[in-house]
Amino acid sequence: MTGTRIDRRFKALAAAARPALVTFVTAGDPDYDTSLKILQALPEAGADIIELGMPFSDPMADGPAIQAAGLRALKAGQTLVRTLEMVRIFRLGDDTTPIVLMGYFNPIYSYGPERFVTDAHAAGVDGLIIVDLPPEADDELCLPALNAGLNFIRLATPTTDEKRLPSVLRNTSGFVYYVSILGVTGTAAPDSARVSAAVERIKAHTDLPVAVGFGVKTPEQAASIGRTADAVVVGSAIVAAVADSLDADGRATESTVGGVADLVRSLSQGVRAARLLAAE
Amino acid sequence: MNATQSPNSFRSGPDDQGHFGLFGGRFVAETLMPLILELDEAYTAAKADPAFQAELESLGKHYIGRPSPLYFAERLTQHLGGAKIYFKREELNHTGSHKVNNCIGQILLARRMGKTRIIAETGAGQHGVASATVSARFGYPCVVYMGATDVERQKPNVFRMKLLGAEVKPVTAGAGTLKDAMNEALRDWVSNVEDTYYLIGTAAGPHPYPAMVRDFQSVIGIETRAQILEAEGRLPDVLVAAVGGGSNAIGLFHPFLDDPDVQIYGVEAGGRGLEGEEHCASLNAGRPGVLHGNRTYLLQNADGQILEGHSISAGLDYPGVGPEHSFLKDTGRVTYVPITDDETLEAFGLCTRLEGIIPALEPSHALAQVIKLAPTMGKDQILVMNLSGRGDKDVHTVAAHLGMEL
Repeated sequence: MTGTRIDRRFKALAAAARPALVTFVTAGDPDYDTSLKILQALPEAGADIIELGMPFSDPMADGPAIQAAGLRALKAGQTLVRTLEMVRIFRLGDDTTPIVLMGYFNPIYSYGPERFVTDAHAAGVDGLIIVDLPPEADDELCLPALNAGLNFIRLATPTTDEKRLPSVLRNTSGFVYYVSILGVTGTAAPDSARVSAAVERIKAHTDLPVAVGFGVKTPEQAASIGRTADAVVVGSAIVAAVADSLDADGRATESTVGGVADLVRSLSQGVRAARLLAAE
Repeated sequence: MNATQSPNSFRSGPDDQGHFGLFGGRFVAETLMPLILELDEAYTAAKADPAFQAELESLGKHYIGRPSPLYFAERLTQHLGGAKIYFKREELNHTGSHKVNNCIGQILLARRMGKTRIIAETGAGQHGVASATVSARFGYPCVVYMGATDVERQKPNVFRMKLLGAEVKPVTAGAGTLKDAMNEALRDWVSNVEDTYYLIGTAAGPHPYPAMVRDFQSVIGIETRAQILEAEGRLPDVLVAAVGGGSNAIGLFHPFLDDPDVQIYGVEAGGRGLEGEEHCASLNAGRPGVLHGNRTYLLQNADGQILEGHSISAGLDYPGVGPEHSFLKDTGRVTYVPITDDETLEAFGLCTRLEGIIPALEPSHALAQVIKLAPTMGKDQILVMNLSGRGDKDVHTVAAHLGMEL
């Protein structure tokens, strides 16, 4: 089995002995065209895997930065249909960078889960992270997604104890996403000693790569987390860079795409330095 | 799925995963899952503990003032010329609404679980006030999330909460109403899992909340049953209650669900009419979806984005509804009807003048349905309405609609 683009990417990075940089952007933020340009600029800037946020009106697990990004995208007319279209167009120019859609269940439930996993796979999506679908609800989307050839990536958190971890990992594929803080996205800095202990704990239960995110903002933090994690996820900081580049009316400016790319470039350098630092 | 629901009863739900048929469940982030499971275990144990039930009953009697009276609304009955109308007087409870029934139950559970901080969401402020009240009584710090719009239109309740020592945090996300307050409370909970108890005010949210809140509110229906049997020697023909999230309604309805001769009406906020988007009639104009931890009827657009809705009553201003109501709608056991803002205001005025009772705008919706139903019923028939809250908090809103300044 050749696996998904995610499996292939982690295999290649393991051979290169470095962690992956996973970048999160919200689809359609601040508008469809700019968002597509950002998406297309990410691989060259150093993103190894792209998490593409599907905007939702009620993002209960997200902090202020990603909440605001979702509202900007919805206001600009983003829908689930357009998010899949964005992936399809991205794939015309890039057939190797994995794309993981991240969001909440209701827009997918409204679209129809079976139809969604088929259309997402056809558009070139590799995996799904759905925040409000715990393993107890695997029938809803996880199993259809696995059948359609998509990875289903589960979140493990500091509250996921030894008893619960096996059920969280059971139908997880692609990688495991460890939520490094107790809280919503982008609100606190993770403690790298605790995080590396948690990564070790998860690795004792699975051979899947472990990604760490929810509070990583700077190249230094990315480097520190990347010493033990297989991937480092940065979201709120990138989304905040989009916000900072907008004009007074909330429109994209000439610096929007370039600003995001510059930030990703410096994060990528941090991640690439991680194992070198660890080796010193 | 381990179905434990008997096909012969409407009262046996939820199953052990929290499902009422298609509805309910536990759709929450992984961080909260262990907490929800812990809560479920703790509640199951408390429910079976005679000491817990005894304390609940004692506080109900001496602190809340239970049982609340079942009152024969004689002048309204004469005026409408049909069925005998009874009010279940939940507005006479301590804090002025049915909300305190649930808050007392949950604060005892929080104490039992060793939690030391209470958070709550509120729309009209009735649940916020009740949460602040029981937090004061049991000595816990309390944070109440309230939409910024609601903070503005429910000033008296905001002040009451502050007097009671609670911190009121205005939520500016979205339209600044109940759903946004609930999002923010969930974000707080996920950030403070160690010490915090989330005191949900309505029969919605992830399992076990819908069942637990219903159980604590069922005292309304249990008392009503005994009281009407004493007053009339038989069960009522019709029950009516307003439905936002639906806690006062399920509390009245649940003990009667398996009495097929009792017709049951839930009244939704029809706002400015169901043809536009300015209403909160999720059961009449929404479709099933997943929000705030459960599957239920929701107001949403074609893309599955949740709509804000509108109601003159902040307590009904919620785009979802408790999952058991969705189940009762789909099975046809309960009839859900919309009532507009204007009909509500008329009913509010009529009750105030005829009965000398100023009802809250939430039960004024139920009252408007009573005004429609009672004249179509025989004089020997009996109708019971849940008068779930008093209207002092709403006088500013009503004055504004009547073009008066206070």
